[in-house]
Amino acid sequence: MRVPLLRIASARSGDKGEGSNVGVMARSGAAYAFLVEALTPEVVRKHMGALNAGEVVRFEAANLRVLNFLLTDSLGGGGSASIRTDAQGKTHGLALLRLVLDVPESVLAATPEP
Amino acid sequence: MPRKDEVLIANGQGFWGDSILGPVRLVDEGPLDYLTLDYLAEVTLSIMQKLRARDPSKGYATDFVRLVDRILPAIVAKDVRVIANAGGVNPLACKDALLGVARRHGLPLSVAVVTGDDILHRLDELTAAGEEFRNMDSGEPLASVRDTVSSANVYLGAFPIAEALGKGARIVLTGRGTDPGLVLGPLIHEFGWSAADYDLLASGTVAGHIVECGAQCTGGNYTDWRRVENLALVGYPVIRARPDGTFAVTKHDGTGGLVSEDTVRHQLVYEMGDPARYLGPDCIAHFTSVRLRDVGEHRVEVDGVKGSAPTATYKVSISYHDGWKSTGQLTISGPDALEKARLCARIVWDRLAFDGYEYGPNERMEEYVGAGVCHAGIEGGTSPDPPEVVLRMGVKGPDREKVDRFGTELVPLVTSGPPGVTGFAGGRPKATEIVGFWPALVRKDRIETSVKVFET
Repeated sequence: MRVPLLRIASARSGDKGEGSNVGVMARSGAAYAFLVEALTPEVVRKHMGALNAGEVVRFEAANLRVLNFLLTDSLGGGGSASIRTDAQGKTHGLALLRLVLDVPESVLAATPEP
Repeated sequence: MPRKDEVLIANGQGFWGDSILGPVRLVDEGPLDYLTLDYLAEVTLSIMQKLRARDPSKGYATDFVRLVDRILPAIVAKDVRVIANAGGVNPLACKDALLGVARRHGLPLSVAVVTGDDILHRLDELTAAGEEFRNMDSGEPLASVRDTVSSANVYLGAFPIAEALGKGARIVLTGRGTDPGLVLGPLIHEFGWSAADYDLLASGTVAGHIVECGAQCTGGNYTDWRRVENLALVGYPVIRARPDGTFAVTKHDGTGGLVSEDTVRHQLVYEMGDPARYLGPDCIAHFTSVRLRDVGEHRVEVDGVKGSAPTATYKVSISYHDGWKSTGQLTISGPDALEKARLCARIVWDRLAFDGYEYGPNERMEEYVGAGVCHAGIEGGTSPDPPEVVLRMGVKGPDREKVDRFGTELVPLVTSGPPGVTGFAGGRPKATEIVGFWPALVRKDRIETSVKVFET
């Protein structure tokens, strides 16, 4: 079933030099296992392309069911040099949670709703 | 003195500008041993250096002095000790102000001051000794911006804070240190942890990281915000720490907000790089080892934290002049708000170009707030026909006069643009300085810290 990432994960983002990090937190073990396969750096890079001009690097923390993404050029100059509204990337987590994914029914059944 | 089985440490300030209700209510509404307060962001120290250059009695977080004025009787009565990086670039002046407050209250006060982080005056000496202060992101040596450097501060570790507490201070005042160090310091002091107890130091670092942004771990900025009750009276976080490094994250009974495995996890990932290697001055913490468990209402147990030896360098936060910027905004009502806002933006750029002021694609910005800015270009992130739009425009560059010229062409649109232009209350936008941030490293053996205690 096609659902937004928000259905199976939460997220928080913030600034990291000239880029931002987006921590994606799976809402269940099943959701984490699915996201490790489905939420690749390439998928994130494509979805966030309008906000991030740089590469996307992914780290895993299975103990927290977390995938952490670094968007390396996503602040229009970064820190105090940026004149964008969201100069700190505070809303990048929510931007990623808008991503629509084809999630198996079994994963949805095992994952509590937000 | 026998050591305690459990120590309660709370953080009441996530940044300079955070609500004063956080620390006031932490002191008033529940048990507490230590209150920590973070006032420094990356560019704060640069602002403080400029304040001190103009007035030698300035250059610290004045908010902290006002807070102490308000909570001093309570922290003395309840025996709460306070650790704050409010000293900025002038901790001795901050100390003087605090002692003045204590005298006015007629209360005894001892303030410890940690110094050694401010290396602005040592940059040339350290460079001559072989430190290049290469930018950790770009690799460039500091020499390329040396002439415009306005502040340089080392992120010190937690041991000087522990030393200050050992000397009996009620308030420990630091300049730049790591944010988690504000919490790790009292843990080292209370439990006698050594510099080689890497797992314990990593536990204290994780505890400090969880609370360092205040309400961001107790329900603030939380994805599932509808689950959070009474954000207005949100409780700031309290750590209940034990000598073996395990701890619980809680908040005072009766306060608003939410503490759960998920709210704590939200803060763990904040500003995170590689979770397997969270670098600090006292240890490397492995966030991939952290275990979280909900163990009751608003109570999360944390254990399993592993750490390893730190690197031989401190991180240094350097700021420098990086040009000028100016932004301003107007509100444009419908009908056809977005279309008219786009016309307004074009008019501004065309009028400036007519007068010889052209800005490159990386020097100018236009945003249509309400039509889709934060998530522009993301599916679902834009709206084609909003009832009104805030047109936000800006420029930046090395030439102050050119940046200032932009601000003079925004407000005239009210009478010389399309109909429905309003909301110019801020007046004419002015150029403000861009303070660049230059992260670098310095060898630890070249940095000396000092801890001094002062009494009323």
